[in-house]
Amino acid sequence: MESNALEQWKQRLQRQLADDISDCWLVNGEVTIEVKTENLIAVARRLRDEDGLHFEQLMDLCGVDYLAYGKGEWETEHASSAGFSRAVEQGQQDAEIKWTKTRFVVVYHLLSITNNQRLRVRCNVPDKSLMIPSVTSVWAAANWYEREAFDLFGIRFENHDDLRRLLTDYGFSGHPFRKDFPLIGQVEIRYDATEKRCVYEPVSIEPRTLVPKVIRHDSRYQSEQEESN
Amino acid sequence: MAEIRNYTMNFGPVHPAAHGVLRLVLELDGEVIQRADPHIGLLHRATEKLAESKPYNQSIGYMDRLDYVSMMCNEHGYVLAMEKLLGIEVPKRAQYIRVMFSEVTRILNHLLWLGAHGLDIGAMTMFLYCFRDREPLMDAYEAVSGARMHATYFRPGGVYRDLPDTMPQYQASKWRSEKNAEQLNQARSGSLLDFLWDFTETFPDHIDDYETLLTENRIWKQRTVGVGVVSPERAFQLGFSGPMLRGSGVAWDLRKTQPYEVYDELDFDIPIGRNGDCYDRYLVRMEELRQSNKIIKQCIQWLKNNPGPVIAENYKVVPPSRAAMKDDMEALIHHFKLFTEGFCVPEGEAYAAVEHPKGEFGVYLVSDGANKPYRVKIRAPGFAHLAAMDEVARGHMLADVVALIGTMDIVFGEIDR
Repeated sequence: MESNALEQWKQRLQRQLADDISDCWLVNGEVTIEVKTENLIAVARRLRDEDGLHFEQLMDLCGVDYLAYGKGEWETEHASSAGFSRAVEQGQQDAEIKWTKTRFVVVYHLLSITNNQRLRVRCNVPDKSLMIPSVTSVWAAANWYEREAFDLFGIRFENHDDLRRLLTDYGFSGHPFRKDFPLIGQVEIRYDATEKRCVYEPVSIEPRTLVPKVIRHDSRYQSEQEESN
Repeated sequence: MAEIRNYTMNFGPVHPAAHGVLRLVLELDGEVIQRADPHIGLLHRATEKLAESKPYNQSIGYMDRLDYVSMMCNEHGYVLAMEKLLGIEVPKRAQYIRVMFSEVTRILNHLLWLGAHGLDIGAMTMFLYCFRDREPLMDAYEAVSGARMHATYFRPGGVYRDLPDTMPQYQASKWRSEKNAEQLNQARSGSLLDFLWDFTETFPDHIDDYETLLTENRIWKQRTVGVGVVSPERAFQLGFSGPMLRGSGVAWDLRKTQPYEVYDELDFDIPIGRNGDCYDRYLVRMEELRQSNKIIKQCIQWLKNNPGPVIAENYKVVPPSRAAMKDDMEALIHHFKLFTEGFCVPEGEAYAAVEHPKGEFGVYLVSDGANKPYRVKIRAPGFAHLAAMDEVARGHMLADVVALIGTMDIVFGEIDR
């Protein structure tokens, strides 16, 4: 009953925004739209102001790096002779990426207080420029969220007034939430008693995998998805 | 005539009123703030990246450590997001337990907020009173999970275990007399529910005491009335949620508007403010304490009358009982798989939000079908609130910054993540 209403709402949204969005889907009771980069600001404005939408709040904004999407560390489809060490020592070598879109995606979570409605907006970040328009002019809350996405993923936001790093250390280099940035980091800091200051050095700890990443295709979920399609 | 220039001041990161490790660069004209630039990230632990490198269940403990004064509410957001992707149903009793502990957590959070906020702007004794009341709630946490703060009690599919029938007792010792121990044990003679019931009976009187101390207090009002006024329109723009939004007069509470668990079966009210200043937000939170107390009472009554399972019987996600493992091969396999590899979550994305004591706490999960989340994004309410510091603080006096940090209920665990 409820999902029916949501389905209708989704179709109305699709009609209303017809040309500006490239895709729209409803999964797990959440509506997601995909917006073309060049339309982002126009769509954001319409989403905020137009009748029936009124998404006056930007609840969340984050980057996602799809570099290792669908890459398991352990073969699950075929039998193999090697054990745990395979995943730990050789890493992700036997996998291929399932992802066909751009590497980085920025995801916005909007909330309409007026209509009690949520919406997820996805915007693909062009691989070459890594730049998308900033929505700070539409929702002021985007300011820090965009700084965070810039800091952690290196996504640049055009027309952002103050695109500085936010969470990482002063003078930090690299973008730590990218999938190719090691979990252990690159530098460590300690106080050097002889030099009487803090010194940065390359990390001395070894990276380790306690539980390898395993992707299993569970038939229960697959049948459910087929039914819903 | 001497040249007059603005004065730049560094507030924090180890100032006691900074509520953690906030470094605030303030540009002052005399004592009036022209610009406030918060520098955050001194407590950044990359929780999200760590969660991406571990099986789903192992990150529940990290959630406790985000906002370390409202532990179970953080877990709640995370397990709800997982449950959405997994599509599992939570037994009714577990839902009531979760709601009850969410409200216990709300009281814990608001008490710490009240104590610290009071201490910051001159009401020293509040801190001591508030910590006195936090103690029994921490004991409830301990009785149910074994830890006073970082409980890791909520699990996908329910909660870790049922509520205990007995409470741990105080023992007489060199430092505690027989009589004193007996007195302390009085409320602990029954089950955890009896113990919490005892708390809810006395707590409203304690709130009355706090209100007597503060609500009409001249100094308190001078420090809070008219300070940090946020209009509803600006509150929307700035992404405010929770008491910060309700203080501005917007009747918005996820427990009412997008009810999760069993909130739609419970009777409670949503207080809202009128002027959107620190004083209104104080009043809102005080009333929320009373409402949470009311919700806990309703949950206790329901839980006393309705025994049942507290976690779903889905052994692909939930570990089987220890007894079953002893004579059932399949249970043993499930157990082994769950603890060596974890469970795989179907591909997709989900955003689950809860009404956290500080506002909307949301967890955005992206799964590529693996046993570890592909991307976790934690939407911490305090992050948006602190981001508005520059706008809210402009034109206020330096001393008001302390009141603003207090009213925003800043905790760095969740802001820096």
